[in-house]
This record gives sequence, structure tokens and C-alpha cells, in this order.
Amino acid sequence: MIQNYNIPQELLGILESVKDPEIPVLNVIDLGVIREVIVDGKEILIKLTPTYSGCPAMDVIGDDLERAFAKAGYTTTIQLVMSPPWTTDWITDRGRKALEEYGIAAPLDEVADKDVLLNNKKLVKCTNCGSQNTKLISQFGSTACKAMFQCEDCHEPFDYFKCLK
Amino acid sequence: MMKPIKELNPQFLESKENKEHLISYLLGVADNYLILAQRLGELCGHGPNLEPDIAITNISLDLLGQVRSFYQYVAQLKGDKSTEDDIAFLRKEREYRSVLLVQQPNTDFGYVIVRQFFFDVYNKMFLNALQQSADETLRALAFKGIKEASYHERFSGDWLKRLGDGTVESKQRVQQAVNDLWVFTDELFHSSKADDAMITAGVAPDMLQLREYYYEKVENLLTEATLEIPEVPYFQKGGKEGLHSEYMGYILSEMQYMQRAYPNSRW
Repeated sequence: MIQNYNIPQELLGILESVKDPEIPVLNVIDLGVIREVIVDGKEILIKLTPTYSGCPAMDVIGDDLERAFAKAGYTTTIQLVMSPPWTTDWITDRGRKALEEYGIAAPLDEVADKDVLLNNKKLVKCTNCGSQNTKLISQFGSTACKAMFQCEDCHEPFDYFKCLK
Repeated sequence: MMKPIKELNPQFLESKENKEHLISYLLGVADNYLILAQRLGELCGHGPNLEPDIAITNISLDLLGQVRSFYQYVAQLKGDKSTEDDIAFLRKEREYRSVLLVQQPNTDFGYVIVRQFFFDVYNKMFLNALQQSADETLRALAFKGIKEASYHERFSGDWLKRLGDGTVESKQRVQQAVNDLWVFTDELFHSSKADDAMITAGVAPDMLQLREYYYEKVENLLTEATLEIPEVPYFQKGGKEGLHSEYMGYILSEMQYMQRAYPNSRW
């Protein structure tokens, strides 16, 4: 699960200050979208892998990165890297924890994810009470990356971050 | 990621003719996504209930995302000042290469689902085959797109079964949609001169070879949905050559309105 990012340590703080606009507890490092950062004096090239093709958050993340680095006196170029494609495995452990605390169930592994979405298996833990007695309400959720679930014990509806692999 | 069937000769794109064929081929693929996304976008906030409403707009967004990557690639190949937005918004009707199927209107939910299902089955097969393209960019786009296309096919296929094997009313309506849209399916397998050149170069998959498999897959699901398979004396075509149905003008006038009224406007 640990990715070998090629990121200069002194810039990590700025990168971590940029969050996913849809999920503001997740920064771009924890989301796993930053592939490489190349510094040349005050010019920076950021290689970024988009999550879903049409995710509107990607453009915002690009703009936010430019703004954050401009404050530190850098000019930034964003380059999209399509291959290899992003997978939910690239979300860090810290990111998964932040998602759960925020009320979004973190993605299960590929097999369990299929069981949950296609065979109605009860494997997703409720983010409110921790019960595994949960059911799928809708395969499509508030954003392309999520599905909607409801807990049958505490009745809380919540989002589940679908596994993408 | 799969290995390409053959590697592209590095000099391939130095030929002006090859480059033009590739651009034409890419537009043939991408315009289908754009027009279908626009059709689906019309339904935003109009779904029969929350789940399909969200699903349909999500699918529309996925297609728009894919179309952007294709248009960005076209813009890069063109090498002039054109951008993805110019390609999407500033062409004339005859310059779009989308098939007739994706232009068909949202007559009712049955039509929306059938149109989507006919396209999704094709699109998933297409992206699967495109993963072996000799072109590296296309391989990456296919690898990315197929994950989303699988979700789409599952959604439209499930709804087709639910409507077909549902009530008397839903069955009758969805059967009507199948009967009306069937004539537009064959065009998905037509190839232009540019497409043929790309097939020979190993850039594009030869979809004609998958035509039989497509109909087998579609017919199996229609049978499972207790629907009848239509028989038609001939299939409709034209969109791929830029000869569109009347619907296209209306779609474009709405889609292009902002760019035509306020040229170069940006969000």
C-alpha cells in the first residue's frame, strides 16, 4: 500500500495543505494523486494522476496547488499522468482513517467490494456505530467514487468509497 | 496493462496523412461520448427517483471526463492553438462524427436505459480491445475508461432486466424502446476510411470482428429481461459521416449556446 512518491520533503507541508474539495479531510498526499514533484529553482512541475475521468475535483485540486505554491513564491505547472491509472489502493492509511472519521467508509479490497456491491454481502462497517449490519441503498452516490449505504442497526445513512482497481 | 499487439513505428505520426486519420478516428470515438453525455445531462434533476437521477448524471460525468482526454489528445496532435473546448463547442454539425444512436431523445426512462445499454455493451467491448492499441496514450485511456464503462453496463443492464421483467406497462414501454432503437445499433460497427487506416496500423481495434459477439451479448440480456429481439429489414446510418438526424441541431444549439453567445467565455 505504501507508494514511493518522489517528493522533496521540504514541499510536503504545502502539498498536505491542499485538500480534496469534495472530501476536505483528505489532502492530496493521502488521496494518492501526486506522482512526482520536480523543482527547478522557483519553478515546480507536479505530476498528478486523476482519480475518476470526469471528477470535477481534479481541476480544483490543480488550481489549489498552483495557489498554495504561489504563496510560497513558486510557479507551478501541473502535468496529468494517466498511466498507470489511479486506484483506491493509493489512499494512505492516514487517509483511510480520516475518511472513516469523516463518515465515509473506506474502500474494501476488490473481492469484498464486489461482494458488497453485487451480492448484498454485509461487509461495510457503519461509520456511526461500527455495526456490519449494513445494506446498499444505491450503487451511485453523491460523487462518482461513492455508493450509498444505510446501517440497519442505528439507521444512519452513510457513503462508502468504492474500490477502484 | 495489456501488451500492445504491435508497437507503433516512432515515425508513424510524422506523416501528415496518418496524423489526420488518427484525429478523425479519435473524433469518431469521442463524439459519441460527448453527445451521449449531453443527452444524459439533460436529465439532471429529472430522474424518476433519486438513485437513477444520480446514476445518470454520474455516467454523464464519466463520459465527459473521457471525452476531455480524447479531445486533449486531438488538440495536442493538431499542434495549433485549438483546445479541448474549441473541439467540443465550436464545430459545425457536419463535423461531428457521433453515431445516430447517441442522439436519440430521452423519450421516456425506457428509451434512456435501452439507448444506454446498447451503447454500454459496445463501449465496454471497445475499451477492452483498445487496451491493446499500438498507441500508448489510447492504451492508457482505455485502461482507465473500462472500469467506469463496466459500472455503466451493470447499471443499464440491471435496469433493462427490471423494466422488461417488471410490470405490464414497463415491459411494453421498454420493448417499444428496444424496437425503435434497434435500427441504430449496427452503425456502431461501421468504419470510415480513417478508421480502417488506424485498424491496419494497430492503433484501433477492428470492431467489425466483435459485431457477432455484441449481438449475442445484447440478445442474451434481452431474452433474460423477457423481451423480444426485433427484426428489422435494414439498419440506419449516417452520423459517422456527419449526416445526422434532426435531433443533432437542437442538441448542439443548446450545448454550444454559451460559446456562441459569449465567445471565449470561461468558467
